[in-house]
Amino acid sequence: MNATSLPRHDVRLENVMKQFGPWVAVNNISLTINGGEFFSLLGPSGCGKSTTLSMIGGFETPNSGGIYLGGEDVSRLPPYKRDVNTVFQSYALFPHLDIFENVAFGLRRKGLPKAEIQNRTHEMLNLVDLTNFAKRKPGQLSGGQQQRVALARALVNRPKLLLLDEPLGALDLKLRKQMQFELKRIQNEIGITFLFVTHDQEEAMAMSDRLAVMSRGQIEQVGTPAEVYDHPATEFVASFLGASNLIPGEVTARDDDITSVKLEDGAMVKLPSTALKIYGKSVKIGVRPEKFQIITGTETPEPGWNEIEAISGVSVYLGVSHQYVMTSRSGRQLSVYEQNSGRDSPLAPGTTVRLAWNPAHTFAVAYDPTKADGE
Amino acid sequence: MSSVTTLPATKAYSPSRVGERLLSFFTWAMIAYNMLPIAVMVVFSFNTAPNGHVALKWLGFTLDSYKHAFAIQDLTGALGNSLEVAAGSALISVILGTPLALALARYKFWGKTLTDIVIFADIAAPAVVVGASLLALFLTLNLPRGLLTIFIAHVAFNVAFAVVVIRARVSGLDRALDRAAADLGATPWVAFWTVVFPLILPGIIGAWLLCFMLSIDDLIITTFVAGQTLTFPLWVYGATKIGTPPQVFVLSTFVFIGGVLLALANAALSRKRESA
Ligand SMILES: Nc1ncnc2c1ncn2[C@@H]1O[C@H](COP(=O)(O)OP(=O)(O)OP(=O)(O)O)[C@@H](O)[C@H]1O
Ligand SMILES: [Mg+2]
Repeated sequence: MNATSLPRHDVRLENVMKQFGPWVAVNNISLTINGGEFFSLLGPSGCGKSTTLSMIGGFETPNSGGIYLGGEDVSRLPPYKRDVNTVFQSYALFPHLDIFENVAFGLRRKGLPKAEIQNRTHEMLNLVDLTNFAKRKPGQLSGGQQQRVALARALVNRPKLLLLDEPLGALDLKLRKQMQFELKRIQNEIGITFLFVTHDQEEAMAMSDRLAVMSRGQIEQVGTPAEVYDHPATEFVASFLGASNLIPGEVTARDDDITSVKLEDGAMVKLPSTALKIYGKSVKIGVRPEKFQIITGTETPEPGWNEIEAISGVSVYLGVSHQYVMTSRSGRQLSVYEQNSGRDSPLAPGTTVRLAWNPAHTFAVAYDPTKADGE
Repeated sequence: MSSVTTLPATKAYSPSRVGERLLSFFTWAMIAYNMLPIAVMVVFSFNTAPNGHVALKWLGFTLDSYKHAFAIQDLTGALGNSLEVAAGSALISVILGTPLALALARYKFWGKTLTDIVIFADIAAPAVVVGASLLALFLTLNLPRGLLTIFIAHVAFNVAFAVVVIRARVSGLDRALDRAAADLGATPWVAFWTVVFPLILPGIIGAWLLCFMLSIDDLIITTFVAGQTLTFPLWVYGATKIGTPPQVFVLSTFVFIGGVLLALANAALSRKRESA
């Protein structure tokens, strides 16, 4: 435990693999999380998030690979010997102990003096605003209160790394937003590393310094929320994080700065070569719906912008924006959001328009045209 | 276990009133059916007993039998033996049964299915068979029959019941609680005593009570392995041939009341522990 005197851990996973029988739950994951970072694991249900967390907490042993906390290999260390605490997906509060004793549990195991246990527990109950509930049993609390007890019970031990397994999953939207804010505030205040698991992309984007998108036991991409959103590395990431339009095309020219792509409907578009991390000829060009600018009649786009033709369809008015479903010349459905600032009335269905966008807002993912189109 | 708030007790769904009445009538009928013989025994323990035998006719209220409750030394001794064997064998049974129940409920291990079958067989086997085979075993081992062999025999048939009762409680336990305890720095040993044991304690106590009751009224198996030693049921059974003294009813009433009190105490305790 004395590998480092820093009050927080950095985490390193090296080729970690976990199988349950023949089923590979976590497939060869490598990942580095910096000390003090708010890092999220994001992915759909069953993709191996909890299993990954369990291995870091010590509840599951990897079949192969190494787990390093603060530089120390802990792969074979039992959970009670790791400076890590967990907020469990189901909270796992002790039903026979009152809230005070639940929170004090970890301190008692450390054999701290009575007075210190009292002080630290009360301090922590105060932080999560549960002082008045100290004598209640977990069964007498609401979901949000139980969630805060689980958080307090973990934080009171001053871990170097806090693991949170979908801690907000059971809360309603309002409480959820409030707790997201609370969690961020607490993390800022105490400065330890948070590893946060969620399947809610909005939550992950709002809270994380960096995040990893997982799918079927593998990591698809790691980056800041902006990086992952603006430049998704795979089709899965593009569609899991928000809406996106993906249009197949072929690379026609490529130099150090600019790559040109001929889309399926014949339009030529450009994007920065740095955005194209794949080298095959077949790609899918991606544009987020809010990046499009709708151009009608004789209007001209900004110079250098990409442009395709489309026919507008039904629209939905959402206050801040109009959301259109449009059809490209090749019959592909496109989703377009227009800020509610320019146009007075929405475009009539059937209007032919041009959609323009900044090449810098273009991303590209690999496309295998021999496979069935996933759209 | 981790039920959410209990604040507004909304009347969400109420099953049909007729069904509810019928069920509660049925329940009370069953209780009456079960309690009637015991009630008769308790009432007749206050009956006047001419020449030291219980009469089957009401001859008048008296406390005489209670004043001389322990007058028959053999009977009192037999009851003492029974209480000793029952309390002791129930205790040993839950001590042996708890780890077995934990293992069976939580782990997969070699021989698990076999253990399951043995436990089931132990419960299902007719008492005559168990008694006879235990006697054969003791004779082979050349063990003198007496209190010790009764004790061993009672543990042998009680363990299976203890395992079944405790196992039900263990199965209802969230495994995440073990993880949480380990996460908070508890070694498996400490986690067992601070989390698992308090939570399965009502099951352990329930198992102890069941074993106690099974032991205190066992006649058949005890007959095989008792030798010259008498337990309460053995004495009573022997006495019915020559006429039952009223003390049998009195002591049986004591045993019954003791059992009821223990069961009530257990229920109150587990309700308090889980006050939710
Ligand atoms: N003990 C186990 N035995 C067998 N399979 C398991 C076990 N634990 C998990 N799995 C499987 O491994 C996969 C990953 O599970 P995991 O719990 O890590 O998913 P998750 O990403 O946390 O999902 P969720 O968002 O639903 O919590 C799932 O397909 C699951 O069925
Ligand atoms: Mg999970």
